[in-house]
Amino acid sequence: MATQAVEVSARRQTLRDRFDLGNGFTPYLLVLPTVIMILAVAAYPIINSVWLSMLDNPLSPNAQFVGLSNYAHLFSNSEFTGSIGTTVIFTIISVALETIFGLGVALLINGTYPGRSLVRASILVPWAFPTVISAQIWYLMYNDRTGIVSYILQQIHVLPAGATLLQTSNGIIVASVITDVWKTTPFMALLILAGLQVIPNELYEAAGVDGSTRFQQFWTITLPLLAGPLVIALLFRTLAALGVFDLLYILGGNQVQSVASFSYNYMFTRSTFDFAAGVTAAVFLFVAGLIISLLFVWLMRVTQR
Amino acid sequence: MAIQQQARAGAKAGAITEEPGKGLEWRKVVRYIAVVLVVFIALAPLYWTVVTSVKSGIELNVSPPTLFPHSFSFENYLSDLSTTTFTRDLLNSAIIATVTTILALIVGVLCAYAVARLKFRGKGIVLGLALSVQMIPLIAIVGPLYVLYTSVIPIYNTYAALIIPDLVLSLPITVWFMVSFFRDLPPDLEEAALVDGASRMRALWEIIVPLTAPGVFAAAILSFIGVWNDFLFGLTLTTDSTAQPITVGVTRFAGEHTIPWGEIAAAAVIVTIPLVIVVLFLQKRIVSGLTAGAVKG
Repeated sequence: MATQAVEVSARRQTLRDRFDLGNGFTPYLLVLPTVIMILAVAAYPIINSVWLSMLDNPLSPNAQFVGLSNYAHLFSNSEFTGSIGTTVIFTIISVALETIFGLGVALLINGTYPGRSLVRASILVPWAFPTVISAQIWYLMYNDRTGIVSYILQQIHVLPAGATLLQTSNGIIVASVITDVWKTTPFMALLILAGLQVIPNELYEAAGVDGSTRFQQFWTITLPLLAGPLVIALLFRTLAALGVFDLLYILGGNQVQSVASFSYNYMFTRSTFDFAAGVTAAVFLFVAGLIISLLFVWLMRVTQR
Repeated sequence: MAIQQQARAGAKAGAITEEPGKGLEWRKVVRYIAVVLVVFIALAPLYWTVVTSVKSGIELNVSPPTLFPHSFSFENYLSDLSTTTFTRDLLNSAIIATVTTILALIVGVLCAYAVARLKFRGKGIVLGLALSVQMIPLIAIVGPLYVLYTSVIPIYNTYAALIIPDLVLSLPITVWFMVSFFRDLPPDLEEAALVDGASRMRALWEIIVPLTAPGVFAAAILSFIGVWNDFLFGLTLTTDSTAQPITVGVTRFAGEHTIPWGEIAAAAVIVTIPLVIVVLFLQKRIVSGLTAGAVKG
């Protein structure tokens, strides 16, 4: 009996030691709540949505498993294929513009000048706006009679008198791109700015001694060293743009749908029989994002070599 | 923080590489004009919203719109704030964002501390998980949550229905931000505490937490803004002002016949101004928070 007791207390000692010194169980205990929460609030619903997309009517208690037939139906739905087109066009144009403007703004506000922190703070303002509120503010400015943007566009004859961008599908996409570029260019600029600031200045000094121009320095030093942060920023923006919802909810009416708004409309604004199509479209969006992420990871490996 | 030091170093070097000579003044002028233009574009919609919000009913419907308000009144604000659903939605948003942020901080700070300081297998997996969650399209988790909340776990149209998915928005950014913050913090103090015989947990709570208070505060702001700005979860997982956040409430404003522009603008100002003020004051911290993951990888 005595020996057993000793054994037990010895084991307890080692357990506590490991717990206290931190390199045994402690890290796992500290990390576990986060991992569990992430799995519960994100991973589980995603896996569940894949399952729901294979049921004929996920809202019914007697739902039948139908395999991939929801996907087959989805791709023969012209509303859905149209939403893919809209999403892809929106993503390509807005991400491209945000990257170019973001790079420009970052180069512009890098360095010292009076009022620097005020400038940086003010370009953060659009980022702080809730997306749906920024959509509403721009909706206000796009209004045909009292909107300032429409008024300016009418004055410079981009739009005929009394017209608004929101009258046509293409106009709505343009209006959404403008709003998105306004809202997210600051985010891009700040990411790029942070990337600019970790480039060692000795490189520029050496290049200055070599007599290369600023333009040459940009292409030979700045851009290659920015590639890493730029690709990450691009990935995040691309995925966010592919999931565009709030903007088109306000600006698109029912005319222009992204994949996410198609999914929302089918899940929540139509008959319960359309719920499955909505979930399926959302899973499609997730898978498309996954594939694009993998492409970007591959791209990052290539650029870091 | 390292980023800020680098920012200062970058700023100095920027001044050094400025080419001396004739072109300098001209180049400076062009640059200032461009900076002013960028600031103008960033702030113009905010100006327009504020101006619209203080115009009176008649001036709101004048075409072309007036650039400077001729009338000035707070009637739109008063109208918003005297609507019970509006104030209730504001309260909902505040409660949801606060609770989510506190939860994310408690859990996320512990996780970040372990990842930044302790040795264990699977660190990469934890960080990778926190990163990949940010890439999930939110629309893809809304459907299953709706099904779950209306059947097995009947919390549809409650605060819990939003706090749970909102953790997706706030937990990953809290973890990433705090990991980079802990890594920038010198480990000496903590080691001194450990030598004194304090346990890891005591070292964390009594020394590390006070030292990281500014970082925790910045993470809290980022998380709060992220949750406050949510629209999709609020739209799909609530039906009315029992739990509906203000972002959703504002879109359900539309009048029966005419769109109440003034009231919408006033609501936009009320919802956004707190965030704008926070951003203006905490610009540096927020920037370093936003860029924590991207630059250091």
